[in-house]
Amino acid sequence: MAALSKVALICVKTTAAAASRMTLVFQIRIHGRGGQGVVSAAEMLSIAAFNEGKHAQAFPSFGSERTGAPVVAYCRLDEREIRVREPIMHPDALIIQDPTLLHQVDVFAGLSPSAYILINTTRSFEELGVADFVRGFQPERLCTVPANELALKHVGRPVPSAALLGGFAALSGLVSLESVAQAIRSKFSGRLAEGNVAAAAAAFKHAQAN
Amino acid sequence: MTFQPVKFYQTGTFTVGNRLLPAETRSVQANMRRTNSLNSGHRACQGCGEALGARYAIDAAMHATENRLIAANATGCLEVFSTPYPETSWQIPWIHSLFGNAAAVATGIAAALKVKGRSDVRVIAQGGDGGTTDIGFACLSGMFERNDDVLYICYDNEAYMNTGVQRSSATPPAARTATTTLGNSFNQGKNLPWIAMAHGIPYVATATIAELRDLEAKVERAMHVRGARYLHIFVSCPLGWGHPADQSIRIARLAKETGLFPVFEAEHGEVTSVSKIRKKLPVTDYLKPQRRFAHLFSPEVRTDLIARIQEGADRNVRKFGLIEN
Amino acid sequence: MLKQIEGSRAVAEAVALCRPEVICAYPISPQTHIVEALGEIVSSGRLAPCEFVNVESEFAAMSVAIGASAAGARAYTATASQGLLYMAEALFNASGLGLPIVMTVANRAIGAPINIWNDHTDTMSQRDCGWIQLFAENNQEALDLHVIAFRLAEELSLPVMVCMDGFILTHAYERVDVPDQAQVDAYLPPFNPRQILDPAEPVSIGAMVGPEAFMEVRYLAHAKQSQALSLIPRWAGAFRQAFGREAGGLARSYRTEEAETIVVALGSVLGTLKDTVDELRESGGRIGVLGVSCFRPWPFAAVREALAGAQRVVVVEKGMAVGVGGIVSNNVRTAISTRPIPVYDVVAGLGGRPITKASLAAVLQRAMTDDLELTTFLDLDRALVEKVLRKEREVRRSGPIAEQVLKLKG
Ligand SMILES: Cc1ncc(C[n+]2csc(CCOP(=O)(O)OP(=O)(O)O)c2C)c(N)n1
Ligand code: SF4
Ligand SMILES: [Mg+2]
Repeated sequence: MAALSKVALICVKTTAAAASRMTLVFQIRIHGRGGQGVVSAAEMLSIAAFNEGKHAQAFPSFGSERTGAPVVAYCRLDEREIRVREPIMHPDALIIQDPTLLHQVDVFAGLSPSAYILINTTRSFEELGVADFVRGFQPERLCTVPANELALKHVGRPVPSAALLGGFAALSGLVSLESVAQAIRSKFSGRLAEGNVAAAAAAFKHAQAN
Repeated sequence: MTFQPVKFYQTGTFTVGNRLLPAETRSVQANMRRTNSLNSGHRACQGCGEALGARYAIDAAMHATENRLIAANATGCLEVFSTPYPETSWQIPWIHSLFGNAAAVATGIAAALKVKGRSDVRVIAQGGDGGTTDIGFACLSGMFERNDDVLYICYDNEAYMNTGVQRSSATPPAARTATTTLGNSFNQGKNLPWIAMAHGIPYVATATIAELRDLEAKVERAMHVRGARYLHIFVSCPLGWGHPADQSIRIARLAKETGLFPVFEAEHGEVTSVSKIRKKLPVTDYLKPQRRFAHLFSPEVRTDLIARIQEGADRNVRKFGLIEN
Repeated sequence: MLKQIEGSRAVAEAVALCRPEVICAYPISPQTHIVEALGEIVSSGRLAPCEFVNVESEFAAMSVAIGASAAGARAYTATASQGLLYMAEALFNASGLGLPIVMTVANRAIGAPINIWNDHTDTMSQRDCGWIQLFAENNQEALDLHVIAFRLAEELSLPVMVCMDGFILTHAYERVDVPDQAQVDAYLPPFNPRQILDPAEPVSIGAMVGPEAFMEVRYLAHAKQSQALSLIPRWAGAFRQAFGREAGGLARSYRTEEAETIVVALGSVLGTLKDTVDELRESGGRIGVLGVSCFRPWPFAAVREALAGAQRVVVVEKGMAVGVGGIVSNNVRTAISTRPIPVYDVVAGLGGRPITKASLAAVLQRAMTDDLELTTFLDLDRALVEKVLRKEREVRRSGPIAEQVLKLKG
């Protein structure tokens, strides 16, 4: 766990800077792989927040998003206009669409112990080998959702992004499940939309029980 | 536009078209109300085949479209000699944009006319062999592939004449130009009419300034077809080829009669008609009068090179069935 | 109507509302989503009549636009980076002919090394091609600028480039107010061309002009573009009245009251700069921002006026003239050439390097105490560069530059 302790060190340094941020912007960073709908997830989250009258900004990390490659997308939520365009270096919440990234990419970079973490997995934080890292975190802000399984069940394919948004709505309370459903319907249509809405609802329930 | 009846001084000659013929079979140029689209006073060399070809082609296109025609012109001799500031020889709406984009500019005009519901107004693009086979090739191919409603006319004088006779990809083997001073190499060639046919466009034709009635007829035919069309006209250039100005038409006729320049029509990629050779002549008849081929005959006769050129002509004869059997 | 949509979609909606009659499309990242969305709008029948031409290159895209515009159609295309360079010859031609084409440029770096991310090298390289260049600060402005651009282009009979930061804006979802058709129609009358290819009244467009008149023709191009300096504020004002929000104009000041230091920039970095300046102000810094919306024509007077109170100027720019330094900064210097104040140049964000508030704050703090070199490269890995230079001194066959940098970085 040498790599992780290094990350933790960086965190200590950056929390002070994070605390001094003047605006009450809420920043979400989503990690996943090309083909998993990482960018769509950020976009849908921004639409859900917009539906509730918030300002929201979603943008990808602009890599060459080939299937399977690590992808990052960002989303900022605020009560006022969002002007800043830098990538999110100190997220208030982290959504990890593929747990295999945990030990490949520095997904926890810039994370403070007050942050929310949502992981798409059937396993626990311990089983994933990140229990040490999250020790100082608030347990109620840590959550796992079997989004692939829920997507398989409701959509027919392991596309976890919509389900994770349902989970995120429950975990953070920042957006309602209704807004998430509305956002999903603005991106998809027909059976695909309804399947994803169902997956999101199931994940919402799962996260609430969590 | 208004018409000024044109006076003819060469009554009965080949150039003007025989006015003793019945009206329907007369050439466009023989018509007193011809438009003179490329008006006199331009700055082409004496005996310029390109000027002659363009005048016939555009007047015929005007005739076919009842004078509703717009032209896009590539950079080159035709563009430069026709629009010496502050004058223009063009009696039609005409635009010159760049050397390599005439086909695309024409596409734009055609698209504009389509949105505006002006299906009566037709579009031509024209350029030299350099502007067509080299720098404008991509735009031309794009226009063909989209089957845009444009007739593209290439005036092939087999080199970059406007810049002082440099080699183009249409320059024939052994020809001397300012950049092939020892004579052009024997390459694989770039047969644009053939390439145009490969796009499957509705109409492709070749013509020479030696058979102007044929040229006019092909333009008329082209203008009665919708979609991408291509007309490749062999135009002699006394300055670049080094022959007397009064020999332009004869040289062009020899290009056809030796088999070096096959004259044919094709529809949707299939050859539909071929102008037969009346009496097949050896390529030396064509080569000898032109200074660009002088090195084939002196200080020694390069029978080897002449034989290869003859082979090419013979191949054309076989490929297109140029001789009546 | 308020919508949460991608920047590219917002631009496509705006362009569609402007009723272009011919759209030429050739794909290049990060412009693709714009033309894809327009293609979809056209094939849905929502924008009609309109010819959507899939061309074979950017050179053809601009050439088709030239033909269409000369034949009296409202013409639009979009490109970026290599594509903009590929159409360079036709860009000069479109402006030289005075054809009011509107084009979106999704700003992107130029290779080699090939790089798809954002900076301003592409449009900066074409700054003298005779097109008006407007830069968008956010997606709302990108949307609005297109409506203004058509109005301006057609009024002046000159082409207009709307520059928006690739990915940072084109791929960002944010809130935009999409006007309705009636609003846009009221602002943008139908295209009434100054010249047209028409068989009823034949003209020759694009004839050769020799030494006896070329100077005059070019002067007229200059004079015409300069007219934009008075038209742009007028159309921005009309826009504010019609749509109830600010967009366009020549340049806009932010918190420059009593500012000793004014930061000049173009495009989306202005948002990050404003947040940074807010924080610096909080800690007592007398600093403000000047956002330049119109880079061509260069608004000498507006810039001079906006910088009148400053003791120093910092220009943050996403491009540079190799062998010279800043491009925007040199323009700024000409605008204030009568005042001997330092103009610091901060080259930043090349090839998509993130421009962070932290880095900006650090460099601005140094500028505020005049402790900054005249040209700085933000977040440049100096050690790495030194290593490469040392190796080049020592080894003849040092190899491809990009490969060396990547190796040393890895
Ligand atoms: C991009 C570009 N490259 C080169 C030129 C120079 N140029 C102008 S006309 C011309 C030759 C034209 O040759 P061709 O198309 O065969 O027409 P011709 O003059 O022979 O009729 C050249 C090379 C140019 N105008 N633009
Ligand atoms: S150089 Fe040739 S093509 Fe050009 S004007 Fe003279 S004869 Fe015609
Ligand atoms: Mg030529």
